[in-house]
Amino acid sequence: MRKRRTMHGLSLLILFILIGMIGCSSSQEMGGTADAASKVYVPPGSYDEFYAFFSGGYSGQVTVHGLPSGRLLKTIPVFSQFAENAYGYAEESKNMLMTSYGFVPWDDSHHPELSQTGGVPDGRWLFINGNNTPRVARIDLTTFETVEIIQIPNSGGNHASPFVTPNNEYVVASTRFSLPIPQKDVSIDTYKENFKGTISFIKVDSATGEMNISFQIMVPGFDYDLSHSGKGPSYGWSFFTCYNTEQANELLEINASKNDKDFIAAVNWKLAEKYVKDGKFSTMKVDARHNYLDENHVAISDKITEVRILSPKDCPGLIYYLPTPKSPHGVDVDPSGEYIVGSGKLAAQLTVHSFSKMLKAIEDKAFEKEVDGIPVLKYEAVLAGEVKECGLGPLHTEFDGKGNAYTSMFLSSEVTKWKIGTWEVLDRIPTYYSIGHLMIPGGDSKQPWGKYLVAMNKITKDRYLPTGPELAHAAQLIDISGDKMEMLLDFPTMGEPHYAQGLKADLIKDKQVRIFPIEKNSHKYVAKSEDEARVERKGNEVHVYLTTIRTHFAPDNIEGVKTGDKVYFHVTNLEQDWDIPHGFAVLGNLNSELLVMPGQTKTILWEPKEVGVYPFYCTDFCSALHQEMQGYIRVSPKNSNIKISY
Amino acid sequence: MSFNSRLLIFITALLLAVTYYFPLWVISLEAPQYPEGLGLHIWINNISGADTHDLNKINNLNHYIGMKHIEPDSIPELKIMPWIMRVVMVSGMIVGIFGRRKLLLLLILLFLAVAIAGFVDFYLWSYDYGHNLDMEKAIIKIPGQSYQPPIIGSKTILNFKAISLPGIGGYTAIGVFIIWCCVWFFDFRKDRK
Repeated sequence: MRKRRTMHGLSLLILFILIGMIGCSSSQEMGGTADAASKVYVPPGSYDEFYAFFSGGYSGQVTVHGLPSGRLLKTIPVFSQFAENAYGYAEESKNMLMTSYGFVPWDDSHHPELSQTGGVPDGRWLFINGNNTPRVARIDLTTFETVEIIQIPNSGGNHASPFVTPNNEYVVASTRFSLPIPQKDVSIDTYKENFKGTISFIKVDSATGEMNISFQIMVPGFDYDLSHSGKGPSYGWSFFTCYNTEQANELLEINASKNDKDFIAAVNWKLAEKYVKDGKFSTMKVDARHNYLDENHVAISDKITEVRILSPKDCPGLIYYLPTPKSPHGVDVDPSGEYIVGSGKLAAQLTVHSFSKMLKAIEDKAFEKEVDGIPVLKYEAVLAGEVKECGLGPLHTEFDGKGNAYTSMFLSSEVTKWKIGTWEVLDRIPTYYSIGHLMIPGGDSKQPWGKYLVAMNKITKDRYLPTGPELAHAAQLIDISGDKMEMLLDFPTMGEPHYAQGLKADLIKDKQVRIFPIEKNSHKYVAKSEDEARVERKGNEVHVYLTTIRTHFAPDNIEGVKTGDKVYFHVTNLEQDWDIPHGFAVLGNLNSELLVMPGQTKTILWEPKEVGVYPFYCTDFCSALHQEMQGYIRVSPKNSNIKISY
Repeated sequence: MSFNSRLLIFITALLLAVTYYFPLWVISLEAPQYPEGLGLHIWINNISGADTHDLNKINNLNHYIGMKHIEPDSIPELKIMPWIMRVVMVSGMIVGIFGRRKLLLLLILLFLAVAIAGFVDFYLWSYDYGHNLDMEKAIIKIPGQSYQPPIIGSKTILNFKAISLPGIGGYTAIGVFIIWCCVWFFDFRKDRK
């Protein structure tokens, strides 16, 4: 009996071992996926480690994702109207999109840039450029709201922007398309003689963040592409790539690809400050706008009428050109501040310049030639090294803070990891497909969080379930914490992210504004309680001071409006509770809805044309009785005698 | 009574000043929609939200059930309470100076009477708010449902769990009361020996 039991035990043991082996082999096969999945899994109710801010490209907006999950957290409207929350539709926000050309409801947003203190992201603001109608916007990271937009005069395509200096002294802007400055009616064929570029330095107020154009530098008519400022030893300098040094004005694809080397412009902004102080500038009349929110979230649009212009000819030592092969795109300064990486789009290698060699070359006057009074330094005199066989189509480089650099390769569709100093390629990983920029949280700062890298790919093809001809762009998350890069996750993004910035969530998550205190609301059309809710007629304007609180409008029955009236609904949300916005929409309005945060007042204009009774209602599901949150407004004929009542 | 006992009574009487700086009682309201917490603090002279806007939020929620607005200014007890506490404190200091056991017993009885009166008042007040609802305006009407929070402990009220516990001021007062009782008891036992 006992023997039999032992036999049973033995056979069971063998069975377990066999099952165990099968289990092992299958889990080994699954190991990679399960491992990657666990690295990006953020359990319900838990937070991502990083915020990542992606530009929207042609959407004109910014989207906020969490990393490592890739979850979309928010769309921040910046340069484009956003019917979802009335940005650019509400009376308060219309001025934010004003320019010297009038109301421009769209732009092409390219490069988000976090504000920095001591060369590292400080979590205060996010800047982003508008490329088409040259602008720079500032987003407040306590409200995730666009609070300021400044238009850049003397610019055609603000691309090399808005990169910051290490303490937000300046954000930069520069013109991708050179122009006749000032604008005039000339033949395009006179490009070489009439077209110029500008590089702008926008001063950022250290307390409020308010931007003002401090000075512009008039530069030769090339195409200015990307920028980064120096740090550490190179503090006080900013670097700008330029292509089309051929100064072609047609078929640039061929004609701007002829020179073996284009330039990285090294601008000594500390010296520029001195020249400005010494009065070495000329003043130019311009027409641009400076838009900002006041304390009640009402956008004000001021005119910019003049700028100070520095000319390199009058300011020796202001700019030097560093020859860099083949139409460079990215210019990226390593965390130490010594190395300046130029990514020549059509070059077979990456070019790394040395800042200390650049200073020596300037001292030794190792100049190759001069272009419009700007010395061109000798290539060999400034070169630190070349990364050979890096891949094809290098675009942009970021750093992990551990002595490695990562460069995106558009043509060979891969990320190449290489070592700073030895310039050897350490690793490569394919991306799907055709990577543009890449991003490591803090990867362009003095102290990168070298854990993840995000590849922003330009072509998606078969990566997701297909959605017709237009596909979401694919971002890919790569683990860079080990020697070998490891692909973790694909996630879709909004619009076309050209670049992103990331930072540790702890830097901003506890500073978030939850509500706006109603007692501090001094909006011209606020109703601070239901007692103040009212309707007033002024000529053909009707002002409705409407309040919302769960779950009703006050007033909710309005009569005495006539066809042809301009009806302004000033909606004040009386709630003081976190995450209780109320919405407002009225039948047939040729405008957007309103979405009003607790304690805020927002205004939407309605111009009824037809007689009738029109319902209005709350669009944000606010409570169990949300469906009851509604009202009516009666519209009478133009000649009717019905008085305003509510 | 010994010098040490008298000193202890004197110091603990002074310690009651804590009740002016910390809430006596805390009513926390827990609900799925309020992960950040929601609650009321009952002070010796005020009723406030646990966080800046909590009172406003609670008053707004209460309109669904037809409850009156909680207006601290309309509760006269909150104006009297600080004076009563001052009387207890001064009495405690006097007892500490004179050190008579009989006076201490009177002090304990006075404090007990104040506490009982306070709890009765708290109960009546919360009964009034929880039961005298404006049924005309009430949106949610559940026959037999009362919205009175417990004096101490927890109770489920619709989607909220109301938890009522002493605050730092309350714990201090309870502690002082226990110390006084102990002093009296040990002094009483010492004399019996």
